[in-house]
Amino acid sequence: MPSSRPPRREPGQRGLLPERQRGSCGQGRGFPRHRRGGRRSRGNVRRRAQLRRRCSRGKGRLPGTVFPNELYEAKGPRLEWRAGKSKTPRGHRLRQRGERSGPLWNPARLRAGPASKCSGFLIGPEGRKRRDFGARSAPARDVSVGWCLISWPSRTWNSVPSSFRTMGRRLDPTKEKRGPGRKARKQKGAETELAKFLPAGGDENSKRLSSRARKRAAKRRLGSAEAPETNKSPGAKPLPGKLPKGFCKPFGVSAGAVQTPGKKEALSLFNMARGKKRPAPTHSSAEEEEEDSEGDGVVNQEDLWGSEDSDADMIDDYGAGSNSEDEDEDDGEELLPIERAARKQKAQEAVAGDQWSEEETDEEEEEEQVSAESGPREEEESEGGLQINVDEEEPLLPPAGEVEQDTQAPDLQRVHKRIQDIVGVLRDFGTQREEGRSRSEYLQRLRKDLATYYSYGDFLLGKLMDLFPLSELVEFLEANEVPRPITLRTNTLKTRRRDLAQALINRGVNLDPLGKWSKTGLVVYDSSVPIGATPEYLAGHYMLQGASSMLPVMALAPQEHERILDMCCAPGGKTSYIAQLMKNTGVILANDANAERLKSVVGNLHRLGVTNAIISHYDGRQFPKVVGGFDRVLLDAPCSGTGVISKDPAVKTNKDEKDILRCAHLQKELLLSAIDSVNASSKTGGYLVYCTCSIMVEENEWVVDYALKKRNVRLVPTGLDFGQEGFTRFRERRFHPTLRSTRRFYPHTHNMDGFFIAKFKKFSNSIPQSQMGNSATSTPTNPDLPNMNGQVTLKSESGSPSTKKAGQAKQRLQKRQHPKKSSFQKQNGISKGTDTELSTVSAVTKAQASSKLQDSSQPPETAAVVREPKEAGKLKQQSPKLQSSRKAAFRKQRAPPKTMDTDLPAAPSLSKTQATPKPEDRDQPFGNTTGAEKVKHQVAEQPFKKAAFQKRDGTPKGFKTPTVSSRSSSQPPPAKRRKSQSRGSLQPALTSVDG
Amino acid sequence: MKFPFQQLRPEDSGFQPSRKIRPLTEEETHAMFEKTAKFIRENLQLLVNRSYSTYCFRLHNDLTVYCVNEMTLKLVVGISGDKLVLLGRYFGKFPKTHEFQLDITALDYLAPYAKNGASHQAFLSENHELKSGLVMGNSLADILLAFGVAAKSTQDCRRVDTMITVAFHQADIGEYVRHEETLTLNHHEDLGLCRRA
Repeated sequence: MPSSRPPRREPGQRGLLPERQRGSCGQGRGFPRHRRGGRRSRGNVRRRAQLRRRCSRGKGRLPGTVFPNELYEAKGPRLEWRAGKSKTPRGHRLRQRGERSGPLWNPARLRAGPASKCSGFLIGPEGRKRRDFGARSAPARDVSVGWCLISWPSRTWNSVPSSFRTMGRRLDPTKEKRGPGRKARKQKGAETELAKFLPAGGDENSKRLSSRARKRAAKRRLGSAEAPETNKSPGAKPLPGKLPKGFCKPFGVSAGAVQTPGKKEALSLFNMARGKKRPAPTHSSAEEEEEDSEGDGVVNQEDLWGSEDSDADMIDDYGAGSNSEDEDEDDGEELLPIERAARKQKAQEAVAGDQWSEEETDEEEEEEQVSAESGPREEEESEGGLQINVDEEEPLLPPAGEVEQDTQAPDLQRVHKRIQDIVGVLRDFGTQREEGRSRSEYLQRLRKDLATYYSYGDFLLGKLMDLFPLSELVEFLEANEVPRPITLRTNTLKTRRRDLAQALINRGVNLDPLGKWSKTGLVVYDSSVPIGATPEYLAGHYMLQGASSMLPVMALAPQEHERILDMCCAPGGKTSYIAQLMKNTGVILANDANAERLKSVVGNLHRLGVTNAIISHYDGRQFPKVVGGFDRVLLDAPCSGTGVISKDPAVKTNKDEKDILRCAHLQKELLLSAIDSVNASSKTGGYLVYCTCSIMVEENEWVVDYALKKRNVRLVPTGLDFGQEGFTRFRERRFHPTLRSTRRFYPHTHNMDGFFIAKFKKFSNSIPQSQMGNSATSTPTNPDLPNMNGQVTLKSESGSPSTKKAGQAKQRLQKRQHPKKSSFQKQNGISKGTDTELSTVSAVTKAQASSKLQDSSQPPETAAVVREPKEAGKLKQQSPKLQSSRKAAFRKQRAPPKTMDTDLPAAPSLSKTQATPKPEDRDQPFGNTTGAEKVKHQVAEQPFKKAAFQKRDGTPKGFKTPTVSSRSSSQPPPAKRRKSQSRGSLQPALTSVDG
Repeated sequence: MKFPFQQLRPEDSGFQPSRKIRPLTEEETHAMFEKTAKFIRENLQLLVNRSYSTYCFRLHNDLTVYCVNEMTLKLVVGISGDKLVLLGRYFGKFPKTHEFQLDITALDYLAPYAKNGASHQAFLSENHELKSGLVMGNSLADILLAFGVAAKSTQDCRRVDTMITVAFHQADIGEYVRHEETLTLNHHEDLGLCRRA
């Protein structure tokens, strides 16, 4: 019979079909719609229509209606429903869907890390924490179907399709137990669990427990008395007895369990997807699975009174007691006494001390292993605990002295496991490491494995390892495997968000407001229509735009009737956002160097109804010459794209040092010309926002720091209340302390593309002269760029090849120069006279001093004027010609940047020795220092002198600058530095990181 | 009615478009307003004399007509014509037929002055002619979809059977996506290369 459908599943197959398979089954064209295979097959059209109506319309909607297809797409978190207060108009409750992860079988894709959690709009049970049906509404029910544990809000329980429900056992506390069958005995858990929560039910439980379990319970109570909060969250329950079992249950103890390996794998993957840290849910899954196998695949269900704080509340609590009991009974006979003792000890520890705090999971795990097992075997044992599907055990590191040879393609699962293990070892290196192995060996191995597993190039991975602490690194890498959610921005020129959301919901789009920070953003979970071709899209009611690219515009905060420059505008998302914030008034000059990319800008601006824009394709570096005097400038600089690896995975491998530095160079040039295009004396503006979609420090902080030195700008808060602070120091580099007010966004913490945003305020239109000249010589076309030390501009400035040391000293000097100036400008207002004065002075000194000297003496000079206005006044009266190099030297000596504070951790002794500067010390003529070497020395000493001087004066002002020498020996590793930051991601971490 | 472009290469015609931005000439203004008036009729007065913003029309590359407001006009002085891509609101273009061709981007400007009802009224009053009149296609959610020239009056529209053409298609919002390249191009050379069927 030709029209018969091919079987959708293999006879024994259950659950989800791989997408590929789903796509290929069914009939092709020529058959009615519902018979066609693939995505077009609609199934029961009427029923679906009805269901959709119920889902989308306020009136006929059932709160818990589920599409049949969703049931089979058992990606755990996707089945979460929001049953709380509705946020959308007309009481619509939107479906809460999980992240749209990739294929189910890719473990890297299936993990809902804290990234999803922190974004505020996603993802899954952990992410949402069941916020909406927490304690104030009905409890949730957890159902495990086969291998999949799904939590339902119980108020929607009745609407769960019966076919689905029968797979589980419905929890009804009022119902009597049917009979004393084996099942009933084993599965009394649900009721006991409930009884635990009910007020009266505490003590009867013990009657039903075996003696061993009773002992255990007593211990547990003891433990809970010690740590009262321990038992609150199910995640804090004692470890089940069998630690080493881990993932590998089927290969381990209970060989009797009849389950297909596929299911197993799916289970472990699923747990990965669910869990925050991998090993934490491992045990629960193992238990659950055990429950499954022992109870003939019958499902346990339980009532967890979903609490907000329990992150691991999917963990099956009730199985713990009975489970381990069963285990003990099963295995007790075969155990040797010593093993039994070890187990006992382990259990004790588990009861007493063990708490599954989210962060420490790994460590706990490892500790557990360590305490339980004896010394020499610990490495293997810890492996055994984490094993996924690996039969034989393998040491983490290859034997010493042996070089790992890449004979065949690496087994990804094994590599993955090894990554986890090494990360675990590195966390607690003292106890976990193999004897005689150094940290660097582990790190090297880890790096290699990460490169293999996530297919990164060596260079980029190295950079990332510098940037992130290890645990965060893995999260970051995994977040890059998952696409970011589709977000769109309402075009308020044409519609309102509420109307747009309504219209899109009616078209079958699942969406939600993006977050508190955005009034126009919407996030799309799922859509039955192409989101880029709806009539609303064509009519320009919204723009598809990543969440991160809305942020720079919000930071820019354009006002109506302003002149705004968008320097690198393609593809026009930010430009149109600016236009809509300005309500189509004023004028925007949208520029992009690439004429091809401008077509999309034109199209988008047309579509969105932007009428106040001019589009041009100049090279951005020409800018102040073409048109200048803008109130605000947005520079979304071209970058290496390391923040958007999920969009363009090619970045993983095709970037190297040179690319990064080339980008950085271009960015510096662009930033300077952008700054020059800003009109500082604008009434409303004078602001500039610099952003990149890169997370490299070279392209962000370094560039910003450079601009701070080169122009009369200062950093101001971006106005975004989340995101991580920019670095003020990174490895050997030290940046200006105000870089704290810049913002960094990461895919794993904010669930948006990696982004960097800095907002400048220009306080003077004048350009520092000497630097102007320098930038003129250094910036244009320096194609083979920078040596690797990051001394690019400095080197070209000095004119003669200088040693690295001298360069560094100069760099330090220049850094200091800036805060000085900015504070001055703040205090005294913008005085053009002073500026011009400064410039003439500098010109004179330039003529007189040697290039090197001049370079180093320049900055403090300005500072000196600033510091002592009296003297500055005197200087003004004198003719520039009278100013000798002696004076320059004097000022150089005198010039203590006001912003330098007194803490000088690196060189306290130096500052002490020079704590009392003598007057003649100031007047020391420059001529004394003849050799370049001496100059360098002086230059290097200077900061301390200055600081000391200031100390005496007792006028510490401005920022506290830790004046560490640029040797990074005293610097803590990035892991430590960033630890405090890595926590609260949505809330700004206001604690200073390193100061 | 849409006029197919003459497929003349610029070198054949000897026509040298200037890259300048300039005000429209008398003829061009006439052609443009004539075309626009077909759609919004006497409301053209309202369109031109809008009180809330001053703006004017500018011709770029002898081809594209932009509707530019005052502030934009000031800024654009510094920008050379060949580096300019877009300026204010794109209204339509003068292909070499010297007919003004109104594009979909003008819909926003036309829509307030040519409401559906109004144009229906216009049709009804000149029932016997029904040569032209703007039809604004609105979806139910008040999204402007398209404009075109009505082929029949509204009364006829009620009677005619489904296969009859009611309106000649002039422009619709799908063009933002479908004809993005023609909307964005602004040189005669490009126009020759990118022809519409």
